[in-house]
Amino acid sequence: MGVSSKLGNLGVVTTTVEQAVNWARTGAMWPLLFGLACCAIEYMSSQASSYDLSRFGMELNRATPRQADLLIVSGRLTRKMAPVVRQLYDQMAEPKWVISMGDCASCGGVYNNYAIVQGVDEIIPVDVYIAGCPPRPEQLLHGILTLHEKVRGERIADWA
Amino acid sequence: MAVAEQPQSIEEQRRWEGSLDQLRGLVSERAITGETMLLNMGPHHPSTHGVLRLLLELDGEQIISCLPDIGFLHTGIEKSVEDKSYEKAVPLTDRMDYLSPMSNNMAFSAAVEKLLELDVPERGQIIRVVCLELARCASHLVWLGTHAIDMGAMSVLLYAFRERERILGMFEMLSGQRMMSSYIRPGGVWRDVPDDFLPTIKQFLLDFPAKVDDYEALLTKNPIWKDRAQGVGVIEPDVALAYGMTGPALRGSGVNWDLRKAQPYSGYETYDFNVPLGEHGDVYDRYLIRIHEFRESMKILNQAVARLETVQGPYRSENNKYCPPLRSELGQSMEAVIHHFKLWTYGYDAPDDEIYNAIESPRGEIGCYIHGTGANKPRRVHFKTPSFIHISALPVVAKGYLLADMVAIIGSVDIVLGDCDR
Repeated sequence: MGVSSKLGNLGVVTTTVEQAVNWARTGAMWPLLFGLACCAIEYMSSQASSYDLSRFGMELNRATPRQADLLIVSGRLTRKMAPVVRQLYDQMAEPKWVISMGDCASCGGVYNNYAIVQGVDEIIPVDVYIAGCPPRPEQLLHGILTLHEKVRGERIADWA
Repeated sequence: MAVAEQPQSIEEQRRWEGSLDQLRGLVSERAITGETMLLNMGPHHPSTHGVLRLLLELDGEQIISCLPDIGFLHTGIEKSVEDKSYEKAVPLTDRMDYLSPMSNNMAFSAAVEKLLELDVPERGQIIRVVCLELARCASHLVWLGTHAIDMGAMSVLLYAFRERERILGMFEMLSGQRMMSSYIRPGGVWRDVPDDFLPTIKQFLLDFPAKVDDYEALLTKNPIWKDRAQGVGVIEPDVALAYGMTGPALRGSGVNWDLRKAQPYSGYETYDFNVPLGEHGDVYDRYLIRIHEFRESMKILNQAVARLETVQGPYRSENNKYCPPLRSELGQSMEAVIHHFKLWTYGYDAPDDEIYNAIESPRGEIGCYIHGTGANKPRRVHFKTPSFIHISALPVVAKGYLLADMVAIIGSVDIVLGDCDR
């Protein structure tokens, strides 16, 4: 296997702190237990038996933003809800990431009207956008893995 | 990563939190003086089933009053529909009550059909019944899983979603989409059921009753579940009627009112099924009713699937002024091409008239009011949705119970905020 072939019989792995930290971050990225609309139901599907997000170390949804690493904005963001989401994001401790799940969160989707914020990136920075209305659980998994890829390439200095 | 500065001066913070003075008249004077405690529940809370905010006034743990604050998911769907032709408005209705999109499609489509005086062929009606009952099961499964989680039974969700995935798989088979299917449309359904649908649903109908028994084995006689649910959130029949509650929340109080029986649509009068009723009107009775509804839906589905095999014919109206011609006709008939072009560009004119039509969704009566203009877009569309009405009754229902019972009550009336706020 990968590790043992590198190890030989020395019992030592060499890596950088950055890589080790990023590896740990991708392995246990706790999402905020937070849903807005339809996409939240698909997000629940991803958490439940058939798709099982715990394979990616994400089974633990934290209901408080203080303990969460990942904000999955799942659903349409209304003007009334926007300050709340901003506050939730501000309350999350660094390092933190945002996935914009679905068309409504990414760009307003089919609702170009008075009530809907045209994309959650108008109020918070977004790392990964997922298309679909709503995206299938597989698409969400792909988005999460894409985020993991991004996190693996991050430099600690960027967060300092 | 760029992070904006922490916002808001104290004045700004106050402006959107509101001041205590604004609450005068809404909460008791005891809350203003600080004798009782004001507690915000939501809009971000795991057990409010969406973005509902409740302002609770507590005396110790007892709820003195409860003020629901809705609109966090107000999407302007009714307004958006005014700018779309009738056929193109169907996908928007999917996204109101996102746990049972088929019921919304049906409410809107049936209303449009009533406005146009359009008939649906028998096969189309049978397919609709299959979809509606599957949607009822799928919706109740989400309710069961989340309600159980709210009350501390964590594993039920995993079982419930296992079966829900199978139902969503069938929806995908029918329409190509798992959730927002837009399958039921004015005049019938989008297309006929594919060949592999019947074997799939038959297998599901064989398997599902045993699964419902499994859910019951987890909960029905569970002493913790009973303690949390029995005698909690009692809705008296007259209160339920006065607030206009419908669906399992009303039937839990023993009132026999199911639109499938009272005002049958889509041929429901020809199916043999019972309407389960509760006695006490508490959380436990509403739970039992939904469990029984699984079984009644199975009964209807068995009959409907048997009919699907015998009844052949068109699955949507053949009036090509309102329904698109078959795909296969497009290569052969110029008239079909003209109809197709006209329908997908302009739509069709509906009379300058107003109608209301209601159906029984998993949550209760979902009604659709349409005021036509004589042209291809409606002047006004309004949806009367069960969640909105059930939330309006929450203050009466929750009064006097403990804070911990609040999540049980919210779960048991089964609200969907997309349905409430639209």
